[in-house]
Amino acid sequence: MKQEFKIIADLIESNTRVLDVGCGDGTLMEFLKNNKKLDIRGIEISKNNVQQCIGKGLTVIEGDAEKDLSQFPDESFDFVILSQTLQAFLNPEKVISELLRVGKKAIVTIPNFGYWKVRLHLLIKGTMPVTRTLPDEWYNTPNLHMCTIQDFFNFCKKRKINLYNSIALQNLKSSKITNTNLTLKNLTAVLGIFLIEK
Amino acid sequence: MNKNMNIKNLIIDKPLKLDCGQTINNFPLAYETYGVLNEKKDNAILVFHALTGDQFVSGINPITKKDGWWSYAVGSDKAIDTNKYFIICANVIGGCSGSFGPSNTNPLTNKVYGTTFPIITINDMVNVQYNLLEFFKIKKLFAVIGGSMGGMQVLQFVSNFPNKTKVAIPIATTSNHSAQNIAFNELGRQSIMADTNWVNGDYSNQNKNPNKGLSVARMAAHITYLSKKGLQEKFGRKLQERDDLKFSFDADFQIESYLRHQGSVFVDRFDANSYLYITRAMDYFDLLKHHDGNLSKAFIDTKTKFLIISFTSDWLYPTSENKEIVIALNAIGADVGFVEIESDKGHDSFLLNTSSFLDTLKDYINTSYQNNK
Repeated sequence: MKQEFKIIADLIESNTRVLDVGCGDGTLMEFLKNNKKLDIRGIEISKNNVQQCIGKGLTVIEGDAEKDLSQFPDESFDFVILSQTLQAFLNPEKVISELLRVGKKAIVTIPNFGYWKVRLHLLIKGTMPVTRTLPDEWYNTPNLHMCTIQDFFNFCKKRKINLYNSIALQNLKSSKITNTNLTLKNLTAVLGIFLIEK
Repeated sequence: MNKNMNIKNLIIDKPLKLDCGQTINNFPLAYETYGVLNEKKDNAILVFHALTGDQFVSGINPITKKDGWWSYAVGSDKAIDTNKYFIICANVIGGCSGSFGPSNTNPLTNKVYGTTFPIITINDMVNVQYNLLEFFKIKKLFAVIGGSMGGMQVLQFVSNFPNKTKVAIPIATTSNHSAQNIAFNELGRQSIMADTNWVNGDYSNQNKNPNKGLSVARMAAHITYLSKKGLQEKFGRKLQERDDLKFSFDADFQIESYLRHQGSVFVDRFDANSYLYITRAMDYFDLLKHHDGNLSKAFIDTKTKFLIISFTSDWLYPTSENKEIVIALNAIGADVGFVEIESDKGHDSFLLNTSSFLDTLKDYINTSYQNNK
C-alpha cells in the first residue's frame, strides 16, 4: 500500500536512524531511502525476504522481532517502524514495549478490524472476515491478535503510551484521528497509522 | 614442497613482531590476483582462505591442477566477479603454498624449520597480509571476504584496520574458538604427532613424512565439515564396490572409502607441520579476550559495512556463534546485515554450489559497490 508508505515517510524526519521491524522484502525501506536521507536498518524473519533485502544492498538482519530486538541498545534508533505486523506476534504488548525501548518514537500501522466491511462480513455471513487487507482464512491466518483502531487507542491510554499522531487511511484518503471522530474513523478506516512514544 | 612453481611472492622486508614475541623479517608472502585493479583503485577485494586453503581461489590451481578452492564463488560473472573486481588472495603465514611456514628452510641452520618455526596467530596472518595494500598502493579495499578461518581473518582485519575496507563479509565463522573447535583441532594434531614419521616435526630433515597421521587428521576434520543429514543422504549404509560385508576391516562402506580418499589426496598437497601451526592459530583466536571480554569493543571505531552469513546445518561454526558477532555489532550501531542460508551441506556449504548463498552474495557485493560510487 503505497499511500501507507507516503504517510510513514512524512512522519519521519531526515537524517535520522530508522529500524523497520518485519521489513519484508525491503519495499518500504527502499521507498524511504529513495525519499529521505536516512540511516535505515531492517529485521525480518523470512529467509527468502532477508536474502532479497540483502541483495538490494539493504542492511537487514534475519531475526524474530519477539526475541531479537533485545540486542539493540535503548533508544538506538530515532524511529522504529512496525508496518501491519503487530497482529502477527504472540505477545504484541511486549513487542510494543520493545519498540519504545529501542526507538525514541515508533510508527505502528494496523489493519483495522473495526472497518465497516469487516464488521459487516461477520454480521451478515457469520464467518471470519476475509478482505483485501485480511486475505487469509481463520485456519491459516498469521494474524493472532487482530485489533481495531479503538482497541489500539484504549491500549495506549491504559499503558500510558503517548499517541503523538494518529492517521486513518481509507483507500487513498488519509485523515487525522482525534478523540471526537474516533468512533467514525474506527468504522471507515481500513488502516490505522500511529506515531507513538513513551 | 611446491618449489619452482608459478608462485607470486611478496618479500616482506620490514620486521614484524609476532604475538608470540618473536620478530620475523625478510620472508615471503605468496599471493595470487584475479581481475584488474581499476584506476581509482576502489575495486579491490581481499579474500582470506580457510585452514587448508591457499592463494589459488579461482581458475586452475597450478600446484594441484584442480579447480581453485572457491571457484564456485570467484570467477567471471560469479558472485565475486573477476570482470568487475580485483581479487587478491594470499597464502597465510604458517601455510605451505609459498608463504613463510614451517616447511621453509632456516637460513641460519640450513635445515627445514619444522617445529622450530614460531607459533603464529590469526592476528599475525592478517598483519602480514596488510602489506599487500601497500604493495598495490590501495588506500582502501572495497571488501574483505572469507569463510571459516577466512572469516576470522575478516573480523581481525576490521578490528586491526577499522577503516581500510568498505565492506566486510565474514562467513560461517566465530569470534572465538569454542571448546569443541579446539577439541577437534587437538584430535588432528595428536593424530599427526602419533605418527612415528613425524619425529617431533623434523621429518623433512630426515626424509620422512607423517602421511598416516596427517591423513587421519584430515579424515576427522572432514566429518566436521559435513552434516549428519548430508552424509546420510550421500552415503547412508551403501557398500563400496561389493555386494555384502566382508567381515574384515577393509573399507566396506562408501563413507569409509570416501574418507580414506579425502585423507590420501590431502597429504599430497599439505604439510603436516603447517596443519599443526594453522590449527593452533585458530584455537588461539579470541577477539573477546583482547577487548575485555566485550566483542563490540573490537569494532568500536569502524565504519565498515558488514554482512554476516551462516548456514543452517553448520554445526562447527553454528548460526548462534555467527549471531554473537551480529549482536556485538548492533550494540554499537554498526552497519550489519545477517542471513542464515538454508543448506544440508554443513560447514562446507560456503565452498559448494549453494545457489541461494551465491546469489545473495553476488547481489550484495554488486549493489554495495554501486552504492559506493
